[in-house]
Amino acid sequence: MKVALFVTCLADGLFPEVGRATVTLLERLGHEVVFPKAQTCCGQMHTNTGYGRQAVPLVRHHVETFEEFDAIVAPSGSCVGAVRHQHAMLARKAGDDDLAVRAEATASHTWELSEFLVDVLGVEDVGAHYPHRVTYHPTCHSLRLLRVQDKPLRLLRAVRGLHLVELPDADQCCGFGGTFAVKNADTSTAMLADKMKNIMSTRAESVTAGDSSCLMHIGGGLSRLRVGTRTVHLAEILASTENSVGR
Amino acid sequence: MSTFLGMPAIHAPRGVGGLRGDESFPKAAKAALGDTQLRANIGRATRTIREKRAAVVEEVPDWEELRLAGQQVKAATMARLDDHLRTLEEAVTRRGGVVHWARDANEANAIIADLILATGETEVVKVKSMVTQEIGLNEALEAQGITATETDLAELIVQLGHDKPSHILVPAIHRNRAEVREIFLREMPGVPPDLTDDPRQLAMAARAHLRQKFLTAKVAVSGANFAVADSGTLLVVESEGNGRMCLTLPETLITVMGIEKVVPTWQDLEVFLQLLPRSSTGERMNPYTSAWTGVTPGDGPQAFHLVLLDNGRTATLGDHVGREVLHCIKCSACMNVCPVYERTGGHAYGSVYPGPIGAVLTPQLTGIEDNSSLPFASSLCGACFDACPVRIDIPSLLVHLRERHTEEQAKEHRLPTPEAAALSLVGWVMQSPRRFRMAETALRMARPFARSGRFRSLPFPLSAWTTSRDAPAPPPETFREWWERTRDQ
Repeated sequence: MKVALFVTCLADGLFPEVGRATVTLLERLGHEVVFPKAQTCCGQMHTNTGYGRQAVPLVRHHVETFEEFDAIVAPSGSCVGAVRHQHAMLARKAGDDDLAVRAEATASHTWELSEFLVDVLGVEDVGAHYPHRVTYHPTCHSLRLLRVQDKPLRLLRAVRGLHLVELPDADQCCGFGGTFAVKNADTSTAMLADKMKNIMSTRAESVTAGDSSCLMHIGGGLSRLRVGTRTVHLAEILASTENSVGR
Repeated sequence: MSTFLGMPAIHAPRGVGGLRGDESFPKAAKAALGDTQLRANIGRATRTIREKRAAVVEEVPDWEELRLAGQQVKAATMARLDDHLRTLEEAVTRRGGVVHWARDANEANAIIADLILATGETEVVKVKSMVTQEIGLNEALEAQGITATETDLAELIVQLGHDKPSHILVPAIHRNRAEVREIFLREMPGVPPDLTDDPRQLAMAARAHLRQKFLTAKVAVSGANFAVADSGTLLVVESEGNGRMCLTLPETLITVMGIEKVVPTWQDLEVFLQLLPRSSTGERMNPYTSAWTGVTPGDGPQAFHLVLLDNGRTATLGDHVGREVLHCIKCSACMNVCPVYERTGGHAYGSVYPGPIGAVLTPQLTGIEDNSSLPFASSLCGACFDACPVRIDIPSLLVHLRERHTEEQAKEHRLPTPEAAALSLVGWVMQSPRRFRMAETALRMARPFARSGRFRSLPFPLSAWTTSRDAPAPPPETFREWWERTRDQ
């Protein structure tokens, strides 16, 4: 299958390893990956901070960039959530019904990575090898906007060598929330503190999730505490094999 | 988007009632976050209710269908709210009650005070009611020389402690039993001096105190959970039986309710009486459901007044999106699952309506500029929507109100705020892949300032982030550059 990669602005600029892993994984499964270079950002930061009107040009740009593809995949539950739940709504609010229809069509074949693997490709064992103790944080938007349910866990359980440990209070928010972490920094920190406490209680070497943003937040906190637990995106685990160097 | 309903939008007035705090949410939250006792009390209590609720919701096979039904009944009712209210007024009047219409808190307080003074009484008993907290009724009555005694146990603890409620269902959630014992010993006349902090002993002390109030009070004030339009029936659901005492023993009963509490028929209650107790207290059925219709000679109060309160509700109804908040049945399930509420407690919201629902209700009742920090007091995690028994899409409402706030700000100020300017710039950059790429390259200039791939501090306003977190440094090569290097050959 020909798959268009929506890498997301955060992964492009700050976590390129997540994009590289997604490409590696999809190619290993025998699919052709294309990277539409015009892509920028889904506009979620604008929408969720109260600048929905300013997000409309970004929606238009996203739709124009991706609408020609039959399968669009992003390694982010949050950005796919924005595409699926906000794009058409923003266009309609701005009175652009044509754009809303096109946004809906584009969203209907946009998938978060674990959804794409399990629902579209029908694979759970992607041939990965990752011999570490890992705990999984189901990010809020994957969990509640996309309802990815246990798909990431099914993928992780099929990874050879991986010891999956349950995260207590897994479904509680890590406290990131985009600009929330800046506007309500103290509350965000308190939420993060509890998330880190739960992560450390699992004695996992790595904490994984389907979103770079939440991992950036959790990783930023763990780094400050100087604990050994590291953050690793789900795509990176699934891309790892016995032969791959690195994490 | 808002609709002009043919009358000026009246918001809850300033200077009265419990809808406005002294400081913005982030500031008030900072103080609350430092109170470890408060955080422990609230964390323990919300976890207990959360687990109870989850268990009883799990038992209902058609829970999702019930939620849908609740949502639809509410939406249909709001679409014809004016008709239902007129029907209610006619039915209440026909059954011997008197209906009063109050545009706002001041009008409602004046109506109630006059009704009480006309009976010649200066002491009233109260059933726990959110709307009387909203309008600041107790304070208004006190100014007229009338003493109002709260009869709900938790509300009594708050009242005796000269405190404010911090949860709509469990107003004293921020107190533990040792604190309650102290309050009783200090404030409750005739309390046994050897009172311990055993819950049963505390309850018995309150019971003795309240029993005497019930038996002497000639006037009671209540709120209402529901009003059935076609029969003119009012309902209060509660757990302690104190409500039933107030609703049956006094000679005069004054009920004040927000206009959104009306449901068209008795049949509609079937849905809500299943949704409410499981969502709020985690019970299959609430222990006391009291319903009364007008007055009945020789049985119960012989004078009944119903005060219908607007106080910003019509203005809220005029907002096509925001009006959904009026579907709320005040169950508090959203509070108990909210990670923000769990850590800050209710007082940080500055309103008697805290938590996720408060963050969307309060700014609409007062006008958004009086509570503009509240729609931002959420990480948009969505747990509130999943818990809401009538499926109010609170995260979307929060986003909608954030937008209303930024738009009103843009209208008021000729120069954009620093935030608006920054986001415009980011938006402009992101509209073009060329500009986005240039920004990524510019970002890389900061690399030499990073230590082991991370920043320990960032400039304002991102410094708020690095007070407790390290920020990632830009990588030597972006994904885009990697793709071009490895694939575009």
